[in-house]
Amino acid sequence: MEMRDVFAKCMAEMMEKDPSICVLDADLANSHRTPALYKKFPGRCYECGIAEQNMASIAAGLSSYGFKPYISSFTPFATRRICDQIAISIAYSQQNVKIIGSDPGISAELNGGTHMSMEDIGVLRSIPGMVIFEPVDEVQLGKAMQQVNDYEGCLYIRLFRKVQPVIFDENYEFDLFKADVLREGTDLTIVASGIMTKDALDVAEQLAGEGISCEVVSVHTVKPIDKETIVASARKTGAVVTLENHNVLGGLHSAVLEALAEEKVPVTKVGVPDKFGEVGKMPYLREVMGMTYEDCLQQARKALSLK
Amino acid sequence: MSCDLKQVARDIRCNIVECIGSIGVGHIGGCLSIADLLAVLYFQEMNVDPQNPKMPGRDRLICSKGHAGPALYSALALRGFFDKELLLTLNKNGTMLPSHCDMNKTPGIDMTAGSLGQGFSCACGAALGSKMAKDNAVIYCIIGDGESQEGQIWEAAMFAPAKKLDNLIAFTDYNKMQIDGTVEEICDIAPLGDKWRAFGWNVIELEDGNDVDAISDAVKAAKANIGSGKPTMVILNTVKGKGISFIEALGVGSHSTNLSAEDVQRALAEIRGE
Repeated sequence: MEMRDVFAKCMAEMMEKDPSICVLDADLANSHRTPALYKKFPGRCYECGIAEQNMASIAAGLSSYGFKPYISSFTPFATRRICDQIAISIAYSQQNVKIIGSDPGISAELNGGTHMSMEDIGVLRSIPGMVIFEPVDEVQLGKAMQQVNDYEGCLYIRLFRKVQPVIFDENYEFDLFKADVLREGTDLTIVASGIMTKDALDVAEQLAGEGISCEVVSVHTVKPIDKETIVASARKTGAVVTLENHNVLGGLHSAVLEALAEEKVPVTKVGVPDKFGEVGKMPYLREVMGMTYEDCLQQARKALSLK
Repeated sequence: MSCDLKQVARDIRCNIVECIGSIGVGHIGGCLSIADLLAVLYFQEMNVDPQNPKMPGRDRLICSKGHAGPALYSALALRGFFDKELLLTLNKNGTMLPSHCDMNKTPGIDMTAGSLGQGFSCACGAALGSKMAKDNAVIYCIIGDGESQEGQIWEAAMFAPAKKLDNLIAFTDYNKMQIDGTVEEICDIAPLGDKWRAFGWNVIELEDGNDVDAISDAVKAAKANIGSGKPTMVILNTVKGKGISFIEALGVGSHSTNLSAEDVQRALAEIRGE
């Protein structure tokens, strides 16, 4: 199932129970599968047109009235374009607004550089109080939405819109503020987020065949980061590699380095090397950005060699 | 409530002077220009309860030109939301009265504002919220003329009529001045009434935006317009620094200026007609 369909399905279920939830779009409703919500909950869904700044501040006004607005756009327009509105109208004003940014990083594919936000996490991570959540798969997203709705404050969902490989099973218990240890190991910690999580598991599997034991830590919430889990794993293994679909400046790698600042542990990285995006399908873009499976393997070996 | 609005406006002006004078510097010009409007809103038109500032269903005022915070604090103190003595803590360390409006610090402030253009959209959100809650509240919003250069103002200008937010009554404090010069010479917004009409608003233009009687009539007309589907924009042709001749004489320099203890006494005497 596509992630956006899971999002819309969860929204419909939650809106049934919680009359304070409302939905705002900026001419990308269908991209987020919200039109069905407009039909089912008329008077609670509003199309703002191509005016994201207005949408963000309107959401703040609705929140000040006790509503729980969800606003959606593509990641660059849901973050860097409205950074000040998020900072002042929403975060500084302590409003309860959920922001959905879709097509993160290279997943914007054929929309190209203008629509590729390699910096959305960095932009938002510097705003006090923000929660930044990037679901790994449809199971996790489905389990997360109720906790997202229950959280009071400004929360950003970095949403891959289409089908993701399923990592979690139905017995998985989600905690918005706790990283998941997907695989335990003793030689190397692989910290991964979003679309790179599958690569982390594959690298761990391949290295296991060579007698190297990898611990895979899945960070779905990069802010506030689960420092405790990351530090404990790094102390156990003594080496870390981070895998992310974002600029290595300001995103997961930076957050992990901050968490490990007082630890004597080498940390290598795979991510966007401080570059803008370009048009292309994901396999091509992974090559351009140095984010292929081979790059992940190489950086994992490098971290091991630095121990 | 029934009271002498002209006297209320004078009292608000005195509070503004003492408030800004307590720290010796502040945005006095754009505070004084809206004192008459605040007298009409807080002392005649708005359904608010100083004992219960977050009363559900209350009318709300969002001052999108957030730097006029001291004007709102002055009116709120006069209306009984908090002790007048607190006005003397403006911008002091740890104060509940910061230079720009902060809904989480000051009783009676309905929305945080200061980054220009945003409060107006927040007011649209509150007006939409009132419609959704069906509480029949009126949402008032004050924007600056310089602020009207922000693109976000015009995003909201399109949104409010499109969503039929006739419970939104906005005011432009058209004092013709901004920090770097006159609005006309910096980046003109005229013809302002035509612009708002073209965007689908019910527009009321007041030649003297510092006349409490005219403002009072305009707000009544705007309220009578609720049900039409059109939001109202009242354009107040105001004077920056209104009521204190040496502040008015500063022109664009009145936006933010020093105010000595002697200036405070001189200003109070003029306002009180002594």
